[in-house]
Amino acid sequence: MKPGETVIAMRGITKRFPGVLANDHVDIDIKAGEIHAILGENGAGKTTLMNILYGLLQPDEGEIFVYGEKVTPKSPKDMIDLGIGMVHQHFMLIPTFTVVENIILGLESSKEPFLDVDLAEKKIIELSEKYGLKVNPKAKVWQLSTGERQRVEIIKALYRGAQVLIMDEPTSVLTPTEVEELSKILKRMAKEGLAIIPFITHKLPEVMAISDRVTVLRKGRVVGRFETKLTDEKSLAREMVGREVLFKLPKSEVKKGKVVLEVRGLWAQSDFGVSALKGVSFSIREGEILGVAGVAGNGQRELAEVIAGLRRAVAGRVLIDGRDVTNLPPREIIKQGLGHIPEDRMGMGLILDFSIAENIILETHSDPPFAYRWILPFKKRWFIDQDEVDKYAEKLLLEYNIVAAGKDTLARHLSGGNLQRLILARELSREPKVLVANQPTRGLDVGATEFIRRKLLEQRDRGVAILLISEDLDEVMSMSDRIAVLYEGEIMGILPAEKADMKEVGMMMAGSKRAQSLEEPA
Amino acid sequence: MALPVVEISAAIIEMSTPLLIAALGEIFVERSGVLNLGIEGMMLVGAFSGFAGAYFSGNFLFGFLIGLVVGMSIGALMAYLSVKLGVDQILAGLAIWIFSIGLSTFLARTILGIAPGTVTIKGLEPINIPLLSQLPILGPILFQHNILVYLVLISVPLFHILLFRTTFGLKVRAVGENPKAADTLGIHVHRIRFLCLLLGGAMAGLAGSYLTVARYHVWIEEVTAGMGWIALVVVFFGKRSPYRALLGAWIIATGFSLRYYLQIAAFWIPYQFILMLPYILTIILLVGIVGKEETPAAFCIPYKREET
Amino acid sequence: MKGFSSKMPSRSILLPPMAILLALAIGALTILALGINPIFAYAALFQGAFGSLHSLTETFVKASPLLFTGLAAAVAFRCRVWNIGAEGQLYMGAVVTTWAGLTLVEVPAALLIPLLILLSFAAGAMWAVIAGALKAKFKVNEIILTLMLNFIAIYFVSYLVEGPWRDPSGITYSPPLTTSAWLPTLVSGTRLHLGILLAFVCAVFISLLFRKTVLGYKIQAIGANPEASRYAGIEVSKTIIIVMVISGGLAGLAGMGEIAGVQHRLMSGFSPWYGFLGILVAMLGKLRPFGIVVASILFGGLLVGGDAMQRVGGVPAPLVFVLQGLIVLLLLFYEHVFARFARS
Repeated sequence: MKPGETVIAMRGITKRFPGVLANDHVDIDIKAGEIHAILGENGAGKTTLMNILYGLLQPDEGEIFVYGEKVTPKSPKDMIDLGIGMVHQHFMLIPTFTVVENIILGLESSKEPFLDVDLAEKKIIELSEKYGLKVNPKAKVWQLSTGERQRVEIIKALYRGAQVLIMDEPTSVLTPTEVEELSKILKRMAKEGLAIIPFITHKLPEVMAISDRVTVLRKGRVVGRFETKLTDEKSLAREMVGREVLFKLPKSEVKKGKVVLEVRGLWAQSDFGVSALKGVSFSIREGEILGVAGVAGNGQRELAEVIAGLRRAVAGRVLIDGRDVTNLPPREIIKQGLGHIPEDRMGMGLILDFSIAENIILETHSDPPFAYRWILPFKKRWFIDQDEVDKYAEKLLLEYNIVAAGKDTLARHLSGGNLQRLILARELSREPKVLVANQPTRGLDVGATEFIRRKLLEQRDRGVAILLISEDLDEVMSMSDRIAVLYEGEIMGILPAEKADMKEVGMMMAGSKRAQSLEEPA
Repeated sequence: MALPVVEISAAIIEMSTPLLIAALGEIFVERSGVLNLGIEGMMLVGAFSGFAGAYFSGNFLFGFLIGLVVGMSIGALMAYLSVKLGVDQILAGLAIWIFSIGLSTFLARTILGIAPGTVTIKGLEPINIPLLSQLPILGPILFQHNILVYLVLISVPLFHILLFRTTFGLKVRAVGENPKAADTLGIHVHRIRFLCLLLGGAMAGLAGSYLTVARYHVWIEEVTAGMGWIALVVVFFGKRSPYRALLGAWIIATGFSLRYYLQIAAFWIPYQFILMLPYILTIILLVGIVGKEETPAAFCIPYKREET
Repeated sequence: MKGFSSKMPSRSILLPPMAILLALAIGALTILALGINPIFAYAALFQGAFGSLHSLTETFVKASPLLFTGLAAAVAFRCRVWNIGAEGQLYMGAVVTTWAGLTLVEVPAALLIPLLILLSFAAGAMWAVIAGALKAKFKVNEIILTLMLNFIAIYFVSYLVEGPWRDPSGITYSPPLTTSAWLPTLVSGTRLHLGILLAFVCAVFISLLFRKTVLGYKIQAIGANPEASRYAGIEVSKTIIIVMVISGGLAGLAGMGEIAGVQHRLMSGFSPWYGFLGILVAMLGKLRPFGIVVASILFGGLLVGGDAMQRVGGVPAPLVFVLQGLIVLLLLFYEHVFARFARS
């Protein structure tokens, strides 16, 4: 395949879903030897286009040409056979399998019906040397870092003969250092004649760093085509959103009050019984946001859970408003004034088969005014007052702009943004003193993201102490008053936001640098 | 009181056989991400149909074949409900189990008449392996059994190889761990799970017919007496691999085989308490493996392709 | 005021009757294959179940334990706690009932019967809590646990009636209970006893539990998403144990009703799998108390009518067990086929 040759041509691709025109006559050409980024917000039609390109969806109109020949793929397998591979955002790997097993899964073996691990290993090593994709084929995937897992995904595609590589949000889970590494690998692969198509939502600096060309999608349409060299972040952003973008939300000056959340020397174990937190200490004052940056899996989830009483602290203490709440039952900690936005909205935050109203009282169902005693001579409140619940739910629906048919709508039928609004409504309406927000805007569109961030800032201005945990470094940088970097269960350092720069934080995320003070003087 | 160790050991090998047959099939079912709670029912229906097959044909091999095929068709029913339609695996399994109790009893009373206990067959004769069976101690323990006992013992390593050394086994394990990932690689998740349930049903049916054809030579209502459920524990204990399942089956079979000897040797213990033994042992085993269990990540979750 | 988690869309109320009809049709074909006229057989079944005052009361006699065990299953299943040990819990309820009826001969009925209710509830609850506590504390699989406990309870009863409680006459029954422990009959000349009223009262209570109470909310929250419930501060372990107490207690009451209301003595195998059939009753009733009331009467009718069908029509009675299983399987099938249909 010669560099510059058109590998894939998409012509007039149109796809409709009930009520949405996801792709509207999209034309894109992909050439061999280039890195061609597709940029667009959540809801711009990127995912649909990607799924069409990968054969998961069939377009309603339009044609796809591969090497000039028209194709009508019915499943990913057809596209794999044409040499088009995919690297998913959430890696499609099996943690308990070795790297080799993951790579040869589903392929015919040379010793059918038996596996031929040795031959596969040899081929993998060849590929990894050719493109600089360092990986140990014998390792189990759960032992690998995120960067290594991504390399396994890439090899998996190449092993199947991919000449074109679709990559879904390839940089979203990587540290800045790993992004640089990836960029090198991709360039090397492009040089060898491969075509690479990264789909990117909002990591504009990385689009600039990685790609040769950019196609911008908005509301299902192509709104711009750029040579990367001839454009800049600002114009890309303008095309993508359709208006000037504020990179930073306006943040008011708030007088910091007393310390509300204090964490001292916290140790905890992960689900696998290894230490996930190793002596974490910090404190947050009234009206302050402490952002926790870090690559996923470095103890973020455990930190949030220990504070909320959902995971045992092996050592150390958690204090809310000076009161020791370490290892108290979750309910007690909630009563002490903790609000918690868990990372997994659908799994941990809400009950999808409950209505909006039922979800709103998930934490307060046994407290007045929702529970009452009736005539029973017990201290405990045994009965639920549905009228109170309904009234309250209706109030919150309005206050938080939750778009739903009504309070009786099942949570299952809400969009991601509305689900998060529902959680926010429930948590904030209790007027917590401390708010732990874990990945509050992950996977949300721009509108919902902005709403959530505004609400968080509003809470900060009200005097709430907020622990903001996010894998989105931009979010941490722009929202926080101070930034703590978590790496392998330890805090690498805490920096005031105005003094933190991307590069330094990036280095700390990779564990290579520790700032002088672990805790700035109180 | 000296226990007849050799006889008991030989009995353990024999008693573990039906447990192991059912467990080997269930290992594949669970590795593919499905919990087959219908297994007791499949065994029970297999037990009756195997008996009927052997009785009417006069050929025990035919009996086993019928038991296997009928077990497989109940497996297909379970697969249709739980894999194809995505019915809650627990509800589907429970329904199939109770349905099977009724089915086996109804068929037996219809086909064999009202007093089924009087109908017997000539069952399997033990085969003494030349030379080996003459060995002291080991001979009577290992080499004086019926053909199925040998076959099952040989199957354990074969099933191990199938699960861990073949492309099919890799697919089965992948489907149980991450069906979505398997799907993106062109593996038909439903087809693999369906196949595993067919295998699981066939093995359960064979295990059931072992009871009637090879062991008791007579149809008894509810002959399985919870053995399917115990097979599930054997699989849990065995962490879904054949060798450890073998060990689990032997442990519980100890409870079964001691029943016979203790009823004679320890006549002062009411026999009902001795009969409880395997069930109590099962509970102990179940509590003992707590926390050490490694379930496939997608265990018990029906797979549906997301519609974007 | 309406209840929590209104999951069932209203038109799916038609599915259970459809499942019943198709199961009966398949049953008819089977009867035909036996060379018997299915209309004749079904007429015998219906006549036997609902055709006279006597048969109607007998249907309710059978429906009573099924209603108890059906509710027992529903309470647990709503919480996604899989108590399939109602059979054993029922046996334990029967054991303490027998004990009280054999020992407390001096106690007048007005005192003894409430005591029987309390004792049997407690016994069933205790048997279930063994499994519940192990599940809550150590996450032991409760399905197998409760099942194994069934076998142990059944052997225990067998031991009692062949051992210490063996009737002096030598048969393997216990002696009859003192008459003050007999549940009063509601219609004279029939076996319809107080138990059925108690079962209806329980159904009302469980319905209120699900719809109006904090505990009911917690049970259903855990059933729908245990992880989110834990995150919201609901005490999952404690609730699971309470669920097991209620579920096991209801099953224990079924055992009490059978011994004090029907048999008046303990014997092996007095339950034609009421505990297991209760699971089917609960599934057919969609885990809703009202549905379970209807389903238990239907299943009770099938049990009684099945005997009549065998006597009059010559169709083996176990056919009704096949029908009962088939009804629930078809219901599962319909629900999912219709759910797909509704989606597309």
